[in-house]
Amino acid sequence: MTAVQEPKFSEFHDNDQKPVGFGRMLRKEDPRFIRGRGRYTDDIQLPGMLHLAILRSPFAHARILSVDTSAAEASPGVKLVVTGAMLAEKGLAWMPTLSNDVQAVLATDKVRFQGQEVAFVVADDRYHARDALELIDVEYEVLEPVIDARRALEPDAPLIRDDLQDKRNNHVFDWETGDEAATEAVFASADVVVREDIVYPRVHPAPMETCGAVADFDAVEGKLKLWSTTQAPHAHRTLYAIVAGIPEHKIQVISPDIGGGFGNKVPIYPGYVCAIVGSILTGKPVKWMEDRSENLISTGFARDYIMRGEIAATRDGRILAIRTNVLADHGAFNGTAAPVKYPAGFFGVFTGSYDLQAAYCKMTAVYTNKAPGGVAYACSFRITEAVYLVERIVDCLADELNMDPAALRIKNFIQPDQFPYETKTGWVYDSGNYEPTMRLAMDIAGYAELRKEQEEKRARGELMGIGISFFTEAVGAGPRKHMDILGLGMADGCELRVHPTGKAVVRLSVQTQGQGHETTFAQIVAEEIGIPPADIEVVHGDTDQTPFGLGTYGSRSTPVSGAAAALVARKVRDKAQLIASGMLEVSVADLEWVKGAFQVKGDPGKSVTIQDIAFRAHGAGDLPEGVEGGLEAQICYNPSNLTYPHGAYICVVDIDPGTAQVKVRRFIAVDDCGTRINPMIIEGQVHGGLTDGVGMALMEMIAFDEDGNCLGASLMDYLIPTSLEVPDWETGYTVTPSPHHPIGAKGVGESATVGSPPAIVNAVVDALKPFGIRHADMPLTPSRVWDAMRGRATPPI
Amino acid sequence: MQVPAPFEYERATSVDQAIGLLERLGSSARLVAGGHSLLPMMKLRLANFEYLIDINPLHDQLGYIRVGGDEVRIGALTRHRELLESDELASAFPIFRDAERVIADPVVRNRGTLGGSLCQADPSEDLSAVCTTLDAHCVIRGPRGERVVSMEEFHVGPYETAVGDDEILIEIRVPRRPGSGSAYQKVERRAGDWAVVSAGAAVWLAGDGTISDARVGLAAVGPNTTGIPEISATLRGQVPDERVYQRAGEIAARSCDPVTDQRGSEEYKRHLADELTRRTLRTAVERARS
Ligand SMILES: Cc1cc2nc3c(=O)[nH]c(=O)nc-3n(C[C@H](O)[C@H](O)[C@H](O)COP(=O)(O)OP(=O)(O)OC[C@H]3O[C@@H](n4cnc5c(N)ncnc54)[C@H](O)[C@@H]3O)c2cc1C
Repeated sequence: MTAVQEPKFSEFHDNDQKPVGFGRMLRKEDPRFIRGRGRYTDDIQLPGMLHLAILRSPFAHARILSVDTSAAEASPGVKLVVTGAMLAEKGLAWMPTLSNDVQAVLATDKVRFQGQEVAFVVADDRYHARDALELIDVEYEVLEPVIDARRALEPDAPLIRDDLQDKRNNHVFDWETGDEAATEAVFASADVVVREDIVYPRVHPAPMETCGAVADFDAVEGKLKLWSTTQAPHAHRTLYAIVAGIPEHKIQVISPDIGGGFGNKVPIYPGYVCAIVGSILTGKPVKWMEDRSENLISTGFARDYIMRGEIAATRDGRILAIRTNVLADHGAFNGTAAPVKYPAGFFGVFTGSYDLQAAYCKMTAVYTNKAPGGVAYACSFRITEAVYLVERIVDCLADELNMDPAALRIKNFIQPDQFPYETKTGWVYDSGNYEPTMRLAMDIAGYAELRKEQEEKRARGELMGIGISFFTEAVGAGPRKHMDILGLGMADGCELRVHPTGKAVVRLSVQTQGQGHETTFAQIVAEEIGIPPADIEVVHGDTDQTPFGLGTYGSRSTPVSGAAAALVARKVRDKAQLIASGMLEVSVADLEWVKGAFQVKGDPGKSVTIQDIAFRAHGAGDLPEGVEGGLEAQICYNPSNLTYPHGAYICVVDIDPGTAQVKVRRFIAVDDCGTRINPMIIEGQVHGGLTDGVGMALMEMIAFDEDGNCLGASLMDYLIPTSLEVPDWETGYTVTPSPHHPIGAKGVGESATVGSPPAIVNAVVDALKPFGIRHADMPLTPSRVWDAMRGRATPPI
Repeated sequence: MQVPAPFEYERATSVDQAIGLLERLGSSARLVAGGHSLLPMMKLRLANFEYLIDINPLHDQLGYIRVGGDEVRIGALTRHRELLESDELASAFPIFRDAERVIADPVVRNRGTLGGSLCQADPSEDLSAVCTTLDAHCVIRGPRGERVVSMEEFHVGPYETAVGDDEILIEIRVPRRPGSGSAYQKVERRAGDWAVVSAGAAVWLAGDGTISDARVGLAAVGPNTTGIPEISATLRGQVPDERVYQRAGEIAARSCDPVTDQRGSEEYKRHLADELTRRTLRTAVERARS
């Protein structure tokens, strides 16, 4: 047996000593994952369960002339074959998307992207279901596809959405923000204007677990039970009620353990609806699990923005204004997950962390013959694109001015006394103190020495680059007055019940996909009511067991549900104080809270613990006048503003001049997410996001050929990074609490995914400076870097 | 989960029994070794075979590395991992360890085999380039007995080899000559990805330090892994130095036949053929000298 070195538990576990509340603590959920006892959708086995497989379009754009299912129906084990025409008869062929568009559940008239759902088979096992797919005979008339978003609005471009009434072109929406005239005025009189075309290519969240569902419709009870891979079980339930006409109280959506979401599991996919229809029609539970290729070619992609960035500044490096024009490729159906009033998500924060005089963005979104989505892939609603734009264009400006990119940023930061700061696009940043964060990152990196080393290496012909990015995110959507998804306000409920013996259960509307909610939320409650996290059960992901709320994405769990958890715990504590005053026979005002107990002011000997109080709340003795028994509360938290985490990232790369391979040598990430609940979990989130960033910057892209064939249909073709591509992450932190969040926490789930791609690209471009390069688009594969070294950096699309 | 079409499965009990089955079942049957090329294709339903004959039970007979004085013999079922870990093989032909370090990942290397790699005949396959570089010979056995073919004869085209439907690749034989050094390098977009381009080089130095023979094998730059005779002809008799490597690199760039794809442009791949040829020759010569 090999000897394994015992980890020093003190390194992980400072919370054991505290004894309750915030601090490093091993994750409560990990024993079940480590021991293989996680329970994912594909682990659900029900008696008599059938299996569903989906036939998908081989073409990007084609008219369906006929569908013959007779051979498939006669195939062994097949129970049911359903086509778009059959769904149309039931009024179920189309469903709403999260952006008020419609999407085909099964195609009836045309297929509009490769991989679109055309028919499904339900059979006794997944092999028979898949075998039968090959026997469905679909006759197509192939149409010219629109693959390049730049072609979508050309007058002779083929019309994709002829299903929409009066639609004559491939236009989805126009959107603008900021002040066009004021911005133009600043640009017209600025010393320096830098312009750059910047593409953020289409990428895919590619969670390890693909999407799937088990639908079990009980015709007698009229109840639908649906296990599905969803990041937003409550929102999904409401939508199913609206679409399928099943009363909402007769629908139970269960989101069991989820193997990664990253936004991919926010939308409702046709496959979920097919599983429901399959169960209703067969009277049996039906499981649908998509395979890897299906996940990559048909489910929610992210990014796909073609941007022109412009920045205006004074000669001495004062940034005056930023302007951008964006062409957004939304695929065949507009399925972007974003609050309704924000068709471009929170892209409006492209003004970054800088104090500007003016800003303006104009965006046009188009349909193309590609998969729909545009999800919040770890991007807090398009903030990834916005941060990439501003952090790339600021670097271009530094190059133009021949200024150090760190110094240029520091010179233009919004100052601490300017918060709350309203940007020129109307976002009110809650708090921030940017320079210390930046300085800390530079200290950890040894920035001055790195620049010296770079100079020496350049003299020897070696290619080393240092890239910086500084980001401000807007997360925690959001105030319900402004933010809703299909009419559902983005506020979150939370319920807390303390049992007689002083153990507790907290029920959340948000669902974890690996972020450690079962630990973080137990710690939030523990910090407020002094019950150890181990004694607090976190219940989530089951609509029958939890209060309503909008789900986990856009880094909103801690900013919204985390606030709800803290406030509901305070409500319980307030009641506990009333009961304690009765138990100690003093007035409420004479009690003080010492974590875990109320004690009489100035008399530490007289106190009752929260456990004592819980027992009394359920016990036989008298309670104070007007106090009901029990110790529980519920709340619905409506955030008054978003929270605005920030961070400073520095990346060091080396490029092999002979092969153009990029190696990320070091990466320093200093994050400020406000109050830190469990630093170990935060670091885990940051490590994962940084790895994502390496993927996007260096290798990931969902590419298409000119016929619209997806070239990223497997993980052999769509590369995601491994541990061998990433360095030993160096992390640090500063703490600037959110003023309006009850515990000052800001959210960190997506910070690293948002902040890292520009740092890496900036580093590569910096390394290539000797070749006169100012910009090169992602993904920076060896071949594309080699082209850039020859002065031929080309957009990837 | 990706699921294959239905198939029958049988475990081989001996080489001759496997050949008997192949003879009887014809082209509807396939051998499965490590399964790391065959099974993904079957799961994607790009390949559908009615019968699979599993030769893994023959690992005791066909999984070996025998380093002799005149040649090295490697059984077709030898796994990537065994090739990677063999010190004897690494000291005779360091190119194997160089290559195995960059082939796939540990999970694939635990199962994938030398024979499966060569028989798959993927143009990006690394071990084919290694075997081409070393002028290996392949021992093929069928109902009519055994035959030995060179790598040039072995590769008939992309995904096509000289192994008939009723035959099994048994062994690879690599001749040993004095004064040898060898090396392999690969450029990949990510660890475990197939090569953008890879190159292997082997040199044999005479007593006076000149090159008595040299071979270069490239992967991913043409319909099949490519050996380049012109490089051998140009290098023989030369004193190895940068100028000579440069000429070899130029020949490599011009003699190969890459296409533009997701991994890189044709031009970049030609550049890599040049760059990696020089690098591997340089290392091979250093190793031959030491
Ligand atoms: C994720 C991944 C990454 C990879 N990366 C690389 C890489 O970077 N470089 C690289 O070179 N390879 C790579 N491979 C391929 C890997 O090396 C395979 O193992 C190898 O190509 C096939 O070997 P196998 O034993 O698995 O063959 P199998 O898949 O079992 O068989 C392949 C073919 O060979 C036939 N066959 C097998 N053995 C014999 C025999 N003895 N006689 C006759 N026919 C036979 C089979 O019938 C089949 O047609 C990768 C594979 C995967 C899955």
